[in-house]
Amino acid sequence: METLKEIKSKEFTSTRNACKVCTPLGASVVYKGIEGCVPLIHGSQGCATYIRRYLISHYKEPVDIASTNFTEETAIFGGEKNLFIAIKNVTKQYNPKIIGIATTCLSEVIGDDMRKIIHRYKTENEGDTNLPELVFVNTPSFMGTHINGFHDTILSLVKAFATHKKTTQSVNIFPGFLSPADLQLLKEIFADVAINPIMVPDYSDILDNEYTGEYEKLPKGGTTIKELQETGSAKASIEFGYILNKSNAKSQTAAEFLEADFGVPRINFNIPIGINATDAFFSELEKLTNTKTPEKYTKQRGKLVDAYVDGHKYVFGKKAVVYGEEDFVIAMISFLEEIGIETVLCASGGDSGLLKNVIQEKIKPRKTINIHDNFDFEEIATVCKELKPDILIGNSKGYYIARELGIPLARVGFPIHDRLGGSRIKHIGYEGTQQLFDTIANTLIQQMQENSPVGYKYM
Amino acid sequence: MESILKDRQNQVLTKGIDSHELSCDKSSLAGSVSQRACVFCGSRVVLYPIADALHLVHGPIGCAAYTWDIRGALSSGPQIHRLSFSTDIKEEQVVFGGEKTLKKALIELIDAYNPKAAFVYSTCIVDLIGDDVESVCKSVTKTTGVEVITVQAPGFAGTKKDGYKVACDALMKLVGSKGTNETIPNSINIIGDFNLAGELYLLRDYYEKMGVHIVATITGDGRVDDIRQAHKAALNIVQCSGSMSNLAVQMEKKYQIPNMRVSYFGIEDMSDALYGVARFFDNKDMMDKAIELVKTEVSDLLPKLEFYKKALKGKKAAIYVGGAFKAISLIKALRMIGVKTVVVGSQTGNKEDYLTMKNLSDEGTILVDDTNPLELTQLVKRTNADILIGGVKERPIAYKLGLGFCDHNHERKLALAGYEGMLNFAKEIYGTAMSPVFQFTKNK
Repeated sequence: METLKEIKSKEFTSTRNACKVCTPLGASVVYKGIEGCVPLIHGSQGCATYIRRYLISHYKEPVDIASTNFTEETAIFGGEKNLFIAIKNVTKQYNPKIIGIATTCLSEVIGDDMRKIIHRYKTENEGDTNLPELVFVNTPSFMGTHINGFHDTILSLVKAFATHKKTTQSVNIFPGFLSPADLQLLKEIFADVAINPIMVPDYSDILDNEYTGEYEKLPKGGTTIKELQETGSAKASIEFGYILNKSNAKSQTAAEFLEADFGVPRINFNIPIGINATDAFFSELEKLTNTKTPEKYTKQRGKLVDAYVDGHKYVFGKKAVVYGEEDFVIAMISFLEEIGIETVLCASGGDSGLLKNVIQEKIKPRKTINIHDNFDFEEIATVCKELKPDILIGNSKGYYIARELGIPLARVGFPIHDRLGGSRIKHIGYEGTQQLFDTIANTLIQQMQENSPVGYKYM
Repeated sequence: MESILKDRQNQVLTKGIDSHELSCDKSSLAGSVSQRACVFCGSRVVLYPIADALHLVHGPIGCAAYTWDIRGALSSGPQIHRLSFSTDIKEEQVVFGGEKTLKKALIELIDAYNPKAAFVYSTCIVDLIGDDVESVCKSVTKTTGVEVITVQAPGFAGTKKDGYKVACDALMKLVGSKGTNETIPNSINIIGDFNLAGELYLLRDYYEKMGVHIVATITGDGRVDDIRQAHKAALNIVQCSGSMSNLAVQMEKKYQIPNMRVSYFGIEDMSDALYGVARFFDNKDMMDKAIELVKTEVSDLLPKLEFYKKALKGKKAAIYVGGAFKAISLIKALRMIGVKTVVVGSQTGNKEDYLTMKNLSDEGTILVDDTNPLELTQLVKRTNADILIGGVKERPIAYKLGLGFCDHNHERKLALAGYEGMLNFAKEIYGTAMSPVFQFTKNK
């Protein structure tokens, strides 16, 4: 690994082609997963518009996000006036059940006290029957990445609504930043094991909508406010991902909060990608329900094992570069380890400082992996040039590296801006793993076929 | 019109029904889901295509990440513009200032990428934390010998349109900094074309065929040294007037270069853009060549368009784009292929633009400034439009309503300018209006 040292010595102060986006984007995605919710970004018009564009290009769905549209005057005198106007206008146009407010670097730096401002709005408008619920999250973009915004928003929502009554049979599920198709899979699994899940957020339909012939102001679906209230009375919380929003000492996850304040037991493990991680997930479900995993899933597992065997020779020993959000790459590595793909670089734009340790402790990879957090795409490109991987596994933003180096890219995660179906990619469970395995194996097979002097017809 | 916010009602009008003047040039209403972006965005999109310059965004990561390779602005040479550089400032810089980070970042990047110049975009919070960006830029210019230009673009300081002005101010720092003051005969600068899908290559070819010398293309396929010499051109031809007419005005004031507004969309406007230049130079040879060129192109194109015109006759289109001048051309181009415009609007049009638009439109056509998704949905439904022409953010509106869609914004991969572009445009409209998939969206 001599080469890597050289690269390290040429570190750049700037971020070059970021492998992350900013916190309010994560907040917006979560708010889109709440029923009847309109996200409202408290800052300049550009924040909302850029985030909309970024999300629309991935989900291929309408993503309406309102803005308080700061002007120079707002920046000097504070954002209260604009926030009031914005809440009124959003209410008038959308009649939402809830307005999910996210702050920005701008509103944070000028020091808008959101709690006070929102309280004043509520007091001024007391008795207004159209008044939606108003929640907010602090998402200064100079702290953390979109993933921090994502998990902090879930925490804010749970804190705002959760109450403890008699413990129910429901189970909270905090799946993390997965695709709408993944969330759909999870709902199916919970239905099959007869658990009533409270999934936060649930954008399985909202960000992968059916055609109705209407531009839906508030597309159907999402976690309801009632469900958010009931998170405090759930039997347990399942939380996928090890790092979540833990980038600073203060941070707490929604499941941790519910455990500490309401005594809801927290079950935390890896995002279930691959057989091992999915087994762990189903074994937890068995414990929670006291019933065996339904045959549907043991069968899926069996078919997946069968597929692993069929394809093992095409993937074994191949070198992969994996990048994306921290919890996502951890889960991917766990999967790649079990099919014999060697990860030569695991990179994330996340900067929790925990990535290396978590991978060593929880995944225990067979060989040493170069693990880099706070990494950008130009750094990934430099390492790729040295390590010559066989495949890149990650979102579409790495395509330019793949193209330049003639390495294939298996598109997974977020964002997928250059293909259809980003919202339909399945990653989790036996079913999602099956899709991932086929994608990765076929990508490698295609590369081999294309580089072969013979246009062979059989594998 | 329940879904048009009260404070926005003057920004919508129906020709032949409403008597008010269309209100425009306003800051977006808080809480309205405007399709506009911010001052930073305006400056970034205009300067972005300068391919041999370094573009460093000074601020938290979002602004740079969301504008990474955002425009399909092609370069025939260097590609530095397609990289996204950010100082990625964190809490530490917010508290203690970001000047040191900026300086270090700049020096390293200039060293590594050897740009001809560097633009530093100062975003929302940079102003607030009190960074003296200007003096950092000056000092780095001194140390590296590469001119570093500040682009004062805090997002809140106006609208996207103010960002255009900021970009033009930054460009003025380059213009005139190289070469003598001697005017090159029969020469032009092409201003306001961003070389999306290589459109500039077509234009360059047309003008060169006429014997016109092109000094600088600003900013499509742009080069720093060309822009430095742009003051030597005899004429500025300006497209996308919203974004860059300000540069032409400043150049006229400072260097007495006259300017001409043009558009390259549609046969009529494209031909006018060529004839206009020949007429300006009062050059018979040039005019003859232009006539010949137009004749060849049009006689080749018209029969091809006939097919599309027949097929598309009676179709109705809604237009909502960034710049008003483009909207105006689109009305004409659509007419040429038998499509009627029923809604037309822009993010940044001014009074004059909307007046032109109104005069050009049929009775009953709706004009709109700075609309939002819910409003646009209403307008499109009310007018029974078949096709929507817009950008990425308008696409889901069209698709959710079962309408065809044509991307006439940054992401287009097919040249839509020029004669070749007119044919592509007809194909695009045909391909979306005639797709059999829409059989499933009707009569649900």
